[in-house]
Amino acid sequence: MMFERIKEKLEILADAAKYDVSCSSSGSKRRNKNKGLGNSDGMGICHSYTQDGRCVSLLKILLTNHCIFDCAYCVTRRSNDIKRAAFKVQEVVDLTINFYRRNYIEGLFLSSGIFKDADFTMERLIRVAKKLRLEENFNGYIHLKSIPGASDELMREAGLYADRLSVNIEIPTISGLKKLAPEKNHSDFIKPMNKVKNEIIQYNSEKKLIKSTPKYAPAGQSTQMIVGASGESDREIMLSANYYYKNYNMKRVYYSGYVPISNDPRLPSLGSQVPMLRENRLYQTDWLMRFYGFDVNELLNQQFPNLDVEVDPKLSWALRNQHQFPVDVNSAEKEMLLRIPGVGLKSAHKIVQARRFRKLNFDHLKAIGVALNRARYFIICDSRGWETRDLAPSKIKSLILRNSVGKFRKEYSSQLSLF
Amino acid sequence: MEPSTCLIYDGTFHGLLTCVYTAFEEKLVVNNILPPGTPQTDMFAENMEVFTDEAKAKRVWQGFQKYATPRGQNAIYYAYLSELPKIELDILRYFQHTFKFKTSVDGDLANNHILNIAQTAKKVAREKHRMEAFVRFQLTKDNIYFSNIEPDFNVLPIIEKHFTSRYSDQQWIIYDLKRKFGLYYDLQETRVIHIDFSKNLSSLEEKEHLFDASEIEFQQLWKKYFEATTIKSRINTRLHHQHVPKRYWKYLSEKNPLHN
Repeated sequence: MMFERIKEKLEILADAAKYDVSCSSSGSKRRNKNKGLGNSDGMGICHSYTQDGRCVSLLKILLTNHCIFDCAYCVTRRSNDIKRAAFKVQEVVDLTINFYRRNYIEGLFLSSGIFKDADFTMERLIRVAKKLRLEENFNGYIHLKSIPGASDELMREAGLYADRLSVNIEIPTISGLKKLAPEKNHSDFIKPMNKVKNEIIQYNSEKKLIKSTPKYAPAGQSTQMIVGASGESDREIMLSANYYYKNYNMKRVYYSGYVPISNDPRLPSLGSQVPMLRENRLYQTDWLMRFYGFDVNELLNQQFPNLDVEVDPKLSWALRNQHQFPVDVNSAEKEMLLRIPGVGLKSAHKIVQARRFRKLNFDHLKAIGVALNRARYFIICDSRGWETRDLAPSKIKSLILRNSVGKFRKEYSSQLSLF
Repeated sequence: MEPSTCLIYDGTFHGLLTCVYTAFEEKLVVNNILPPGTPQTDMFAENMEVFTDEAKAKRVWQGFQKYATPRGQNAIYYAYLSELPKIELDILRYFQHTFKFKTSVDGDLANNHILNIAQTAKKVAREKHRMEAFVRFQLTKDNIYFSNIEPDFNVLPIIEKHFTSRYSDQQWIIYDLKRKFGLYYDLQETRVIHIDFSKNLSSLEEKEHLFDASEIEFQQLWKKYFEATTIKSRINTRLHHQHVPKRYWKYLSEKNPLHN
């Protein structure tokens, strides 16, 4: 290998790929057979973390940062004056294999700027994956970025070698997309998404009849949208996410707080803050939708189009719906336990387990891991105390805020003083 | 008051199970179980040495399996691997609790012994996962991928399967410097090995002698990649340290490559 040249390319093409949020390497079953290299057993592993605290689990690079498009929010846009580079197919294969052998990574996340046209680019991405699977007998994780507008035939082939496919929708609303990426069509994003969805459905039904049906994108598909670039509300973002979960069976929707990269008047100016708190609240809402049985309209609606910055969305919902509380932890259904602020999936499960042996009190709940600083205003258990107090939502909120140190505390207090 | 006993065992898992057997058979009031070489604190307890007996150990485990869920069985073994002082006593209480109720008790988290076992097992599982993440193989001139680790808990026995199924087409060694034993996979099977590290491996010269020429290049590529993926406007050092505790840095090539 030409190490010096590769080093240069890696620096450019890893730097350009870092805005892709997905680092998931889980959810795929690709067992190592015949003494090959690698094994994907469903659980992802983060091998390191960048200084900004994000997980490094895949070698995440662009094949090239040459691009024929000029989307305002993108670093690799045509009009941006940056160093350009391109990997050869074999170079990406060698890097992946050698990093994997040293246990640096779980696999490859390969994306690309669009050179020539969508199909030409997509075909190159597929060649990398194909080589890894067929020539190197590689069973690690491969995530390929689908190129908007790629043909159905190529999307079908991509799914045969990749574990996950994704198309970034980038801008949550169609009108926002028109403004920031006028050369792109909403339908170009939807087409490959639709193809992948249909192939997965077909794969699942064929597998029931013929066991040897070749795997198709076993870890499903995901998408990503930029938050805070085009002025949409939290409600619009989450309704859009909900739409993709429901209609395209997305495994994940990622939210990426817009990092200012240009002085385009259509976008937040350089130097404006990355909306990290907002991003965090959106992920919390996403979790509530997917794992806690919340409907998006319970959390965000016309009356509450934006998430509360001061408290998490579940607490915010509970404060607006006090008539549903207090919940008796010793008798309530699990669905209701999951709605108690400060009780997560794991503590809800532990409560259900432990209460079979004895009635639980505050001390038990604390030992199990319930966040009592929030939960105690919403529950009844085998201790006397808080449950008899009748507090107004605003009072509860201020008590909780006074007794907690949120990780974003500093940020929103400075934000609030600005207005 | 009944006289209480302190059991001394050989530190093996089977030894510990034999202790459980002995406690039941002789109806002992056990107040401590100690591996060899631990200073004893309780002057009033009677000491009793327990000799490991495979048959007794097996009987205890089979009896336990009848009631305990796989999760509970795992929890006991993981807790044992924590090597934490006094954990043996919690393990004994877990067995006693199980045999008394004749059912799986791993959900009884309001019981302190059960909770402690569950929490300890979780700590060990976390470190198992971290070792699966933070092992960094370095390619030697003998074409063996070599790695040193120094985990807080004895996790080598439980990471063996992961690495064997993942790296089945390359020879590798993972060596626990703290406990002075390692795993060696020779393309056929994984065995326990002991290495004498009397030579000074810290000098650059020794390393260059030991490792393949491409090793340094790949470590530099990896470090470059690691740096290029950071988004500068989002740096969060506290979060970074939380995810990658400093005690592991010594063996991470992105933090501590062969050439600095």
